[in-house]
Amino acid sequence: MTYLTNLSPELSREVVIVNELGLHARSAAKIAGLAQNSKAAVWVKKDAEKADASSIVDILTLACEKGSKITLMIEDKADRPILEDIVNLIETGFGE
Amino acid sequence: MMDTAAEEIIIKGISASPGVCIGKAYLVDREGVEVVEKYRIADKKRSNEIKRFKAAVKKARDELRKIVEKSPAELQHAHILETHIALLKDKMLYGSTIEVIKNEGVNAEWALKKIVSNLREIFQTMTDPYLRERSGDVVQVADSIMRNLVGAERVNIAAIDKRVILVAHDLSPAETSQINLERVMGFITDRGGKASHTGIIARSLEIPAVVGLKSATSSIRSDDLIIVDGRSGNVIIHPAEDTLVQYEERKTHFEEYKAVITRESRVPAESVDGVRLEVMGNIELPEEVFALINYGGDGIGLYRTEFQYFNRPDFPSEDELFDKYKDVVEVMDPRPVTIRTLDINGDKALANPVGSDEKNPALGLRAIRYCLKKPDIFKAQLRAILRAAAFGNVRILFPMISTYFEICEANRILDEAAQSLEKEGLPYKRDIEIGAMIEVPSAVIMADVIAEKVDFFSIGTNDLIQYSLAIDRGNEQVSHLYQPLDPAIIRMLKHVADVAKEKEIKIFMCGEMAGTPHHIPLLLGLGMEELSMNPQTIPDIKRVIRSLNVADARSFLQDVLKQRTARNTFELIKATYGSILAEQTYSD
Repeated sequence: MTYLTNLSPELSREVVIVNELGLHARSAAKIAGLAQNSKAAVWVKKDAEKADASSIVDILTLACEKGSKITLMIEDKADRPILEDIVNLIETGFGE
Repeated sequence: MMDTAAEEIIIKGISASPGVCIGKAYLVDREGVEVVEKYRIADKKRSNEIKRFKAAVKKARDELRKIVEKSPAELQHAHILETHIALLKDKMLYGSTIEVIKNEGVNAEWALKKIVSNLREIFQTMTDPYLRERSGDVVQVADSIMRNLVGAERVNIAAIDKRVILVAHDLSPAETSQINLERVMGFITDRGGKASHTGIIARSLEIPAVVGLKSATSSIRSDDLIIVDGRSGNVIIHPAEDTLVQYEERKTHFEEYKAVITRESRVPAESVDGVRLEVMGNIELPEEVFALINYGGDGIGLYRTEFQYFNRPDFPSEDELFDKYKDVVEVMDPRPVTIRTLDINGDKALANPVGSDEKNPALGLRAIRYCLKKPDIFKAQLRAILRAAAFGNVRILFPMISTYFEICEANRILDEAAQSLEKEGLPYKRDIEIGAMIEVPSAVIMADVIAEKVDFFSIGTNDLIQYSLAIDRGNEQVSHLYQPLDPAIIRMLKHVADVAKEKEIKIFMCGEMAGTPHHIPLLLGLGMEELSMNPQTIPDIKRVIRSLNVADARSFLQDVLKQRTARNTFELIKATYGSILAEQTYSD
């Protein structure tokens, strides 16, 4: 967990999965859709595992059920609007 | 075709739809996508191999797009397919496969297979059953690329022009619904389970089907003679002469039985002494309604509404639900449609809806408890039901009521739903019958109080038996204790029936117990007014009722109440009504 604390808060955000069925193919597809427009890599981190946010399959392999706490990370400040959009999407339960 | 010496082989699967058919096999996916060759690709040719892979992905995407365009009615299906389209280009599938071709110099098929089996392993270790099943999506997407890579074109089921038995690795619900009944006698698949959507459609088409055979596509070739026994779940390849004779007989027997049943199915279930019972069907999908009517069902005694909430990440909208309910209600009108509100539980896909892992889902947050905690989800369903009620004869059934407070709350939210519809000026009907499922022992004890808030009771025996005898039916160590005839259960039924009579409300039963012929004398004696069961069993139960006398059944019940064990009760039924049991025409 050490490197997480070194991260600038601007580059990472913690969110809790609120939608009923967790991060599913369809919700993961929405995240990946946003992440695919980023300049640098966007990561989804759960416990000790990290997934590429632009890959539906990679997000799915994290098995994020409802209530899971995840951390979103970007590598380039220019991707902050994308980070915000993803956080928003997750916090509103993907509009479900 | 001179291999007459081919040996008879029996493979065992899961019975999905009853009946027997004998005929020639027709393999839907001629080249199995399961067997994949591995070969090296020279450095220079690797970019070509990658192009070949990309072309296969593009073809798979075009195919999916076409299906999406063609299926506007199937909203639910369409958005699953949209996600599949996005998955086709996913880094972990698309990108990784290209990487493997580039770095390891193997053919595209092998590279794809390697990636998919790695992914499958990751998914297998997940604890959440719903998330775990998502590996199915990835596999299906990979299959569609693989088919295009190996050039194994999917046979167009709708275009088959001879009488055959379909043999497929898997059939999607969309494919199953394309089956032409003039041509297809039955079907068998390697994958799938009894509760799969595919099995349900097979039952509504009334053709024999066996699923979950694992090795059907690898052991059967097109034009092989096969026998499908949809009841036992057996498939016989290259049957020997005497096996053929035996099954021809069984088939004739089944068809005669069905003919008799169909002829008689519309005759009301009126006992010898003139007591009329309503024999209803339990359904899960709107498609089952037609089979139910064919089997002579007097209405729908239990419409399970969970299906619309499965296989999707979000909750269905009120309008979506309303459309489905309205379809069913209109077709059934004036026959009653009893809609059970959402009964999410541990068995089903929407497990652990709150996110916390429930150790005991059967004793956890399910059914009415879940709905009362999620008034928005509940209200959307209630509004959809009330709106559909304007189109026919609808009743509402609240599941898992265990306290008086719950039934009061459910009614209060129903009123709120009606008021909101009134305010918005949408057509609806509030004046409909309300019922409580009696399936928890506390509801049996409090039946007199609960009765004041409802128009009918419907006894759900499956859960009532489990909760009363404190056994998990799925646990082999104790499943022998699951006895509908246990004296404790019969006394409970008696109590509920007595309360219903005293409070002048109606009494129905919709558990499996209601669809078992040898339980019927008992249920008549108890004064059940309506029995609801799987549509296929309706004709048989109607026939049994027509052969019984309710006055006799009442005095028989007195004898039953004196028994101390389930075994003694069963013996007593056999001794008194053995002839009814013996008359069950079709059983192996």
